[in-house]
Amino acid sequence: MRKFVDLHLCAPIGNLKQAERMVNLSAELGYRMVGIPTLPNTPQETIRQIEEICKRARVEFVTRIDLMPKTSNELLSNLGRLRRKFEIVSVACTSKNVARQAAKDRRVDLLSPCLAFPCKRFFDYAEAELASKKFVSLEIDMTLILSSSRFPRIRLLSSLRKEVAVARKFDIPITISSGASEETFLRSPQDYAAFSMLFDLPASCALQALSNSPLSIVERNRGKLSPHYVAPGVRVVGK
Amino acid sequence: MHLIKRRYLLVQIVGSETIDERTFMDAVWNAILQLFGEYGASQTNIILMKYGLKPNHAILRCSHKALDMVKASLASITQVNGEPVALRVLGVSGTLKALQRQKPKAQF
Repeated sequence: MRKFVDLHLCAPIGNLKQAERMVNLSAELGYRMVGIPTLPNTPQETIRQIEEICKRARVEFVTRIDLMPKTSNELLSNLGRLRRKFEIVSVACTSKNVARQAAKDRRVDLLSPCLAFPCKRFFDYAEAELASKKFVSLEIDMTLILSSSRFPRIRLLSSLRKEVAVARKFDIPITISSGASEETFLRSPQDYAAFSMLFDLPASCALQALSNSPLSIVERNRGKLSPHYVAPGVRVVGK
Repeated sequence: MHLIKRRYLLVQIVGSETIDERTFMDAVWNAILQLFGEYGASQTNIILMKYGLKPNHAILRCSHKALDMVKASLASITQVNGEPVALRVLGVSGTLKALQRQKPKAQF
């Protein structure tokens, strides 16, 4: 049976009651792992509480940070500072330079569009070529599509269709996540898979993008963050 | 004779309890028209089988070829009459009886 993962559940960490409702709903909809974005200065106590909420709902909690650097230098310094503190690092591409730097850096897990300007998208052939040499994945937030309508949605679907075609051509893994900050934007993985036909992603690939693809990122990073990890392919098995 | 294959969808309406049958179907048709246009809508053959089932459930019937279109359209509905609403497909089946077997808690 597939293990569905939502790597971008934007549950408000300041409002634990709503966060709990959203985590419970995710569990009800069939997700077994959720990534909730936190800030570098989020108190450990709050993170522990969220972890507790997830444990009660029988959902695995994944720590995630959304970086939104303005320049590529800022991105590099943020990655150096924060990479080992979070299981998932996502970069919102605010400019072409940032997008290119993120695509060629192996410390970046997910390339996501800038939420403030969803139509500003930089995922093209050049970026896909850079990303294909690393383990970077393309993230698609479904809330962006659900919350838009008419012409903005048409433009968004058109860009997504191009991005998905490029990503599939270069064998770049695609990750579909909810990006939901409210309960009304949460849908089941099967609904998202049906929805992905709007940008020409076949249902089988969409289900992969909701399960195996994000799961492999989390497992790889958990392995790297474990104290036994030395280098790619080198692990301490005993002392 | 060519058999027309259909699919029955059990849908849960989450968020509002004041939506009547007509408003619900208007919202469904609008979503289909917005996403797939009139040509796409004509392929769905969607009709409302039952509405007002407890607790806040409805059953829709559509052509099996248009199932993904209908599911995508239902997922795209985020508000009805200005109220935030989510429609969740709880089960899909080829017959009403099998759907009932799948989801015994929904009172048919």
